[in-house]
Amino acid sequence: MSIELQNISYTYMPGTPYCREALREVSLTIEPGEFIGIIGHTGSGKSTLVQHLNGLLRPTAGSVKLNGSEMHERKKSLKLVRQKVGMVFQYPEHQLFEETVFDDVAFGPRNLGLSNDEVQERVESALECVGLNVAEMSKRSPFRLSGGQMRRVAIAGVIALRPEYLVLDEPSAGLDPCGRDEIYAQILQLYRSSGMAVVLVTHNMEDVARMAKRLLVMDHGRIRYDGPPAALFHDETIQLHDFGVSLPHVTALLKTLRARGLDLDDTLQDEDAVVEAIQAALQRKRDSSC
Amino acid sequence: MLTDIMLGQYFPGNSFVHKLDPRSKIVLTLTFITSIFLATNYIAYLTVGLFICMIVLVSGIPVKIVLRSIKPLWIILLLTAGIHLFMTPGTTLVAWGPLSITDEGVKQGVQMSARLIYLILISSLLTFTTSPIALTDAIERLLSPLKRVKLPVHELAMMMTIALRFVPTLLEETDRIMKAQMARGADFTSGNIIKRGQNMVPILVPLFISAFRRADELATAMEARCYRGGENRTRMKELQLGLRDVVAAMVLAVLIGLLGWLRWG
Repeated sequence: MSIELQNISYTYMPGTPYCREALREVSLTIEPGEFIGIIGHTGSGKSTLVQHLNGLLRPTAGSVKLNGSEMHERKKSLKLVRQKVGMVFQYPEHQLFEETVFDDVAFGPRNLGLSNDEVQERVESALECVGLNVAEMSKRSPFRLSGGQMRRVAIAGVIALRPEYLVLDEPSAGLDPCGRDEIYAQILQLYRSSGMAVVLVTHNMEDVARMAKRLLVMDHGRIRYDGPPAALFHDETIQLHDFGVSLPHVTALLKTLRARGLDLDDTLQDEDAVVEAIQAALQRKRDSSC
Repeated sequence: MLTDIMLGQYFPGNSFVHKLDPRSKIVLTLTFITSIFLATNYIAYLTVGLFICMIVLVSGIPVKIVLRSIKPLWIILLLTAGIHLFMTPGTTLVAWGPLSITDEGVKQGVQMSARLIYLILISSLLTFTTSPIALTDAIERLLSPLKRVKLPVHELAMMMTIALRFVPTLLEETDRIMKAQMARGADFTSGNIIKRGQNMVPILVPLFISAFRRADELATAMEARCYRGGENRTRMKELQLGLRDVVAAMVLAVLIGLLGWLRWG
């Protein structure tokens, strides 16, 4: 039970001068219940990679399997794949089209051919998941909402499919810090309560460092690192800057302080814990120098 | 997917043909198309064909790509060849019942198809070697005498430029919206015509909204940079005729001379 990518490559517009290799022989297995962060600079291939996870792109070479069966074998199987693997694109609010919030979120479940009761139940729970009030929202036009609310409606539209894997491509792009925190808190809560696997694409290290258990770093269409985030930050052999990403601010600060001779544990992530650790370390230093 | 469609089909390059002034390219292409009509026998058609081959070679565009431009029009080609083949009166070569192929029919059919193919090839060569922006620039300059009769030439050219500029953007957008709706289980490839039409709504509504949003943003951005139409507007890249254009014109003149000699000489 997993998504398996085996040696996939993808080339945009082959045979023209605009031809561009976006993925080069990438292999990756995603297990149910994982929380994976994918990070990389613009054009490193992360969006192309995730579009293979639910069969929106067909690899130029290599194979994609969901639960052991080939994704592109039959057209029928693709529909099932898309129900199992939910995909939230960048700026998902641009895909809204229905007259009411309810109908828009119901688009996915209705395409699955569910009964009206089931649709209603799913829409309501999806809206609650993203923190929108069902009674207040469901009859309103999605185009009269604020940007952050529109995005949450769009995300609810994918959650309502009840996928086993949820892929989010830059869900916080263009939101203010407050909206960003809210979205992430809801994603994290959803992850904990539903047990669905989450794949989060971003170029912001702060977000991934806090949430993801497994981190993929992409560069020039290849996966350069695959493992827990903490190990990456402390692996001296990897120059993160070469991949166009930087350390989370907290880790960078701890590393600098350590280099200056402060006795600190630089694997900490939580801001409050870090503040305490720094205070304690300063205290120790003062005590020993006296 | 959708973004794979080549639009404006411009093929960036650095050849002699690419570097010609777009105005002279347009004028020379039109002259060339007219001169094809001078050809009346096989040798003349062969000459024109060789001339096009020469341009293709000089331009450095892959022959396969050039030939691909004929593909969308093959039905018209087949029809033209067929009509001329069977409908021209003259000495009969073969006959099946009411259908007969004549000597003159073969000649007409071959020559008319050749004429069409040449027309397609040379005009695609123009768009292959000239960026859309350079083309609209050239059209604006070529049409500028019409300003005297109050034709808003600059505005028309600007509209064309903007439209061309946004075709790839909107294609990309369509591609993204389609994928987003497909990810929610939408199906665009099955069902009857009415069903398929209904299935387009989830694409068209977001697409229109985004097109209007883009138009609005662009208008604001242009106004913020004090755009007020073509009056007294200067250009960063002035179009300039050079030695190259003279050479190209002379080559074409030689071809026309040759065709004239083959016809009347």
